[in-house]
Amino acid sequence: MNKPATMSVSKSHLSNKSSFKQALRNSFTMAYRGILKIRRTPEQLFDVTFQPIIFTLMFTYIFGGAIAGNVENYLPIIIPGILVQTVITGSVVTGTQLREDMDKGVFDRFKSLPIARIAPLAGALLADTIRYTIATVLTFSMGFVLGYRPEGGIGSVVIAGLLVIACAWAISWIFAFFGVIARTASSVQGISMLILFPLTFLSNAFVPADTMPNWLQWFVKINPISHLVTAVRDLANSGTVGWDLIITLIGAAVIVAIFAPITVRAYMRKA
Amino acid sequence: MINDYRKDLENAKYAVEAQGLVKTFGDHRAVDGVDLKVPTGSIYGVLGPNGAGKTTTIRMLATLLRPDSGEAKIFGYDAAKDSQIVRQLIGVTGQYASVDESLSATENLIIFSRLLGLSRQEAKRKANELLEEFGLMEAAKRPLKNFSGGMRRRLDLAASLIAQPPLIFLDEPTTGLDPRTRNQMWDTIRRLVKSGSTVLLTTQYLQEADELADRIAVIDRGRVVAEGTVNELKESIGTSSLHLSIQHNQDTQNARMIVERVLEVQSAVSPEGGMITAPMASADRVTDLLVALREEGIQLAELSVQKPSLDEVFLTITGEGLNESQAQSHDQRGGNN
Repeated sequence: MNKPATMSVSKSHLSNKSSFKQALRNSFTMAYRGILKIRRTPEQLFDVTFQPIIFTLMFTYIFGGAIAGNVENYLPIIIPGILVQTVITGSVVTGTQLREDMDKGVFDRFKSLPIARIAPLAGALLADTIRYTIATVLTFSMGFVLGYRPEGGIGSVVIAGLLVIACAWAISWIFAFFGVIARTASSVQGISMLILFPLTFLSNAFVPADTMPNWLQWFVKINPISHLVTAVRDLANSGTVGWDLIITLIGAAVIVAIFAPITVRAYMRKA
Repeated sequence: MINDYRKDLENAKYAVEAQGLVKTFGDHRAVDGVDLKVPTGSIYGVLGPNGAGKTTTIRMLATLLRPDSGEAKIFGYDAAKDSQIVRQLIGVTGQYASVDESLSATENLIIFSRLLGLSRQEAKRKANELLEEFGLMEAAKRPLKNFSGGMRRRLDLAASLIAQPPLIFLDEPTTGLDPRTRNQMWDTIRRLVKSGSTVLLTTQYLQEADELADRIAVIDRGRVVAEGTVNELKESIGTSSLHLSIQHNQDTQNARMIVERVLEVQSAVSPEGGMITAPMASADRVTDLLVALREEGIQLAELSVQKPSLDEVFLTITGEGLNESQAQSHDQRGGNN
């Protein structure tokens, strides 16, 4: 302790604002923390490992014959659907874990450090893209095992995967918001599932929309999840890019633009 | 590298200046107008029973909680307005270890160092340095949850020292530690101040405040009820006291009368009986007292003289103090009149 301090250059003068560069750096450090935590407790990856495998098997064989005549024809419809559903459901965990994490003493230290306020949140969300990536890779692999051969080619499949991961990251801001304002982790889980179930099932993820009654079709068509699913299907199955992709990207951007600031503000108020 | 602002800080008279801090939770006024002045380079103890408002006060000073009214200045910077500057000047060690239990000690320190702006290599070096200094080498690689509370506390303190902040808040740093670890903690805290830091610590233990603090503020029900150096506080309660243990309980009343007659003071008897406490203004008179007791044939089991302890100060100031010692405190106050 008697040795001279190893202070960073940025601290040689005092400033009340943290720069964008610092915010980015801090967020990556917090993401590194998230990854270390995943490595220490791999059981938190259960949902993103087993859900893709079990759901893909289940839905393909239950609905395959009824909806598309046979399993082979159903795969191009169901794989993008399952992919979106699994990955988006995975983003709920982000909110739950954030709540649990914030209840621990270590968040007091983060709050007392001169770091960008957004970093503990952004870092946690960034680390969770690992979970989405695992779910994405497993769902496509499972589809491949069952005989799914996406005609868009490997490049388009990768882009489709990245699109889903990016959207899940955007949506996870919503659940992060609940995570910050809710009192307990289980209430976060409850609220999030209540939102998520209608969103994923009242979409074209599992069943083509034109088989539904009119009033339901109306909702299914404006449901952002449907646009995401369609965008993924276009990319993976034919390698094409359409309006759905653009709408999806705009939607994701809007979610981040709204929820990132209010989440950070709620987080700071709690501080 | 010595930074310019550090010199300014050392010249600042007070590390902490708080005025009229108030924090209400629902209709409970946890902190009800606290004023504090902590001189730079000192160890300042905030002493009080559970729920007195110590932690809430620290959290407001450390930018973790916004005061409802009043203001807190850290080296002249407003904790609410210039919070990001204040955070660069402080280290906080919470009541519950504020470290990541699922990570190892090294990982914890590296993450905090990186967040504080150290490069990858610097962070690694700093982490090793602190691990060695705080005797945490065995926790270096394994997750903390497998280790004792004492180790977590030490790591917590180590983490607060990464940036060598000029002001360190320690919220009940030794609660729940065994005596040996507690002594180690005390040594570390003393060393901190030698290296130029100011330390503000809260504690429920009078002995701890007595051992460490230069100045003490006694907090009760959200208010500062006494403030001063340890000696000032002790003097405020008066002289040393004489404790007599009587061998046969039935003699106690008799002995008490003799004590009051010879020393010309009020005395008190412990609730269990057998122990008489009386203020001792003049040591000379004790000889007379002992002779008188011998003449009456009263046998003593034990005799001792005690300087006023912070315990007595504390109980006197806070009135009832801790509930279980209520009866005793009344007796002792009677004895010290």
